[in-house]
Amino acid sequence: MPEIARDSVGLVTPQTAHFDDPLDLACGMTLPAYDLVYETYGTLNAERSNAVLICHALSGHHHAAGYHDAEERKPGWWDAHIGPGKSIDTERFFVVSLNNLGGCHGSTGPASLNPETGRLWGPEFPMMTVGDWVHSQARLADRLGIERFAAVIGGSLGGMQALQWSLSYPERVASAAVIAATPRLSAQNIAFNEVARQAIRSDPEFHDGWYAEHSAIPRRGLKLARMVGHITYLSADAMGHKFGRDLRSDEFNFGYGVEFQVESYLRYQGDTFSTSFDANTYLLMTKALDYFDPASLHDGDLAQALAPARCPFLVASFTTDWRFPPSRSRELVDALIRAGKPVSYANIDSRHGHDAFLMPEPRYQAVFAAFMSRVARDLGLEDSP
Amino acid sequence: MNRADLKLIHEWVPQGAHILDLACGDGTLLDALARDKGVTGYGLEIDSEGITACVAKGVNVIEQNIDDGLANFDDQACDLVVMTQALQALRRPDRALDEMFRVADEAIITFPNFAYWRHRVHLGIRGYMPVSKSLPHAWYDTPNIHLSTFNDFEQLCRDKGLIIVDRAVGIGDHEGHWTSRLWPNLFGEIAIFRVTRG
Repeated sequence: MPEIARDSVGLVTPQTAHFDDPLDLACGMTLPAYDLVYETYGTLNAERSNAVLICHALSGHHHAAGYHDAEERKPGWWDAHIGPGKSIDTERFFVVSLNNLGGCHGSTGPASLNPETGRLWGPEFPMMTVGDWVHSQARLADRLGIERFAAVIGGSLGGMQALQWSLSYPERVASAAVIAATPRLSAQNIAFNEVARQAIRSDPEFHDGWYAEHSAIPRRGLKLARMVGHITYLSADAMGHKFGRDLRSDEFNFGYGVEFQVESYLRYQGDTFSTSFDANTYLLMTKALDYFDPASLHDGDLAQALAPARCPFLVASFTTDWRFPPSRSRELVDALIRAGKPVSYANIDSRHGHDAFLMPEPRYQAVFAAFMSRVARDLGLEDSP
Repeated sequence: MNRADLKLIHEWVPQGAHILDLACGDGTLLDALARDKGVTGYGLEIDSEGITACVAKGVNVIEQNIDDGLANFDDQACDLVVMTQALQALRRPDRALDEMFRVADEAIITFPNFAYWRHRVHLGIRGYMPVSKSLPHAWYDTPNIHLSTFNDFEQLCRDKGLIIVDRAVGIGDHEGHWTSRLWPNLFGEIAIFRVTRG
């Protein structure tokens, strides 16, 4: 761990909440009992009005800010935006960040024990939807005594959860920030997800999802899935800038080993991921992405689907994001306008593609911080300037 | 609000109106209208600092270029469209007017008058493109690519069958000194037009 910066939340300890009330899921199954692992940063005020929920993306988890211990090399995944004086100011807000159900970082998921069979859940873990996650998050809020969130915030798949919150629990959301997201995946998005799934499922070590019982890990499949995914997270420009056509050695080897730096980078990313992420979780998370489509219940009319929302929205996209490009955020913004909802939209110049939502970028930080200060002012969390 | 044109628009916008503010800047007008008159609506802006200022105020702002049209706003979506000091910077002001009168029946528009006497002196006597308080840019870096005069604008409104229901003219540096008397096309530096669909 590097020396803790002044604007870091510092050392944090994950907590676990156990739930015994069964959770009915969109797929028709019921989760009889489950654990949710979460972290909190900042202090819940006496009125319990300053809570902010952070929703994570495909490969995210509860560890959004700070460090777990002195050995940790990198802080939580959204440390650029959560901390004292940062966009989500922990001196003002009480931040809750959890690992979603089906995850592989401590919340109940495919690698947990299924009490009914005595086996690990494995591939039998129920398919989760964004709506199911939101319901489970609402129960965590109940447990923490939070009736209404000052803001529900997420990027990418996390942004979909923030949007779903505003529809499922409009009275419990004072504001929502939907960043680098989309109201539904495109055919191309689903296609990339399917390539990732096939890479995993066709790995001989996958064993139809029962790899744990075979003491195996479908490493090659996970690695390929991550490599393909990673390409879609970066922009062509960012990749070109970072690697160009740089070679690892001075000349071509005329072989299939690693020659170009970009190959080396992708293999490294894939290898790291394949030893730290669960294959069944990855499959399930990509399906949750594919299924998300609030307009589908309203004949494809997104504006109608957004009717229940009551909170102001911040929608932000990034110019070089080609996974969920600005046009997809505009779809959401236009539907919010048609539905007469309060919304602000910023399309932020960045060369970092989809991953830009994770990074510090002066304009991104300025708009984000402005939105959060407005949220604080509306709720009387600070004196009006 | 310090800008005299905004003060007058503030008076003209009816209580509780749903409006669209094209090129809303830092959201000052929408913010004041929301607080003082219960006005709702959206602002469009492309300047990043303006957008951030709007978001901080709680003004609904959409990053959108007016030149790309207003297709995301339905016909008759608003009561009123406001456009201050942007007409002259648009690629096709005439098409923007068409769009404005598709989404609303009424518009309030302000722009600098190229026929203002000081501008005429600059161009007609000294032979230079005018630079003034209302036209502060040099010819080579100005965003104002479609400068016009009050007469030009009134002609365009007539051609489009639009009716000018109110007009006020700002003269010189005297903020709040608005009049519609006496040769406005010569003495008016900035005008506010209130226009309705015929």
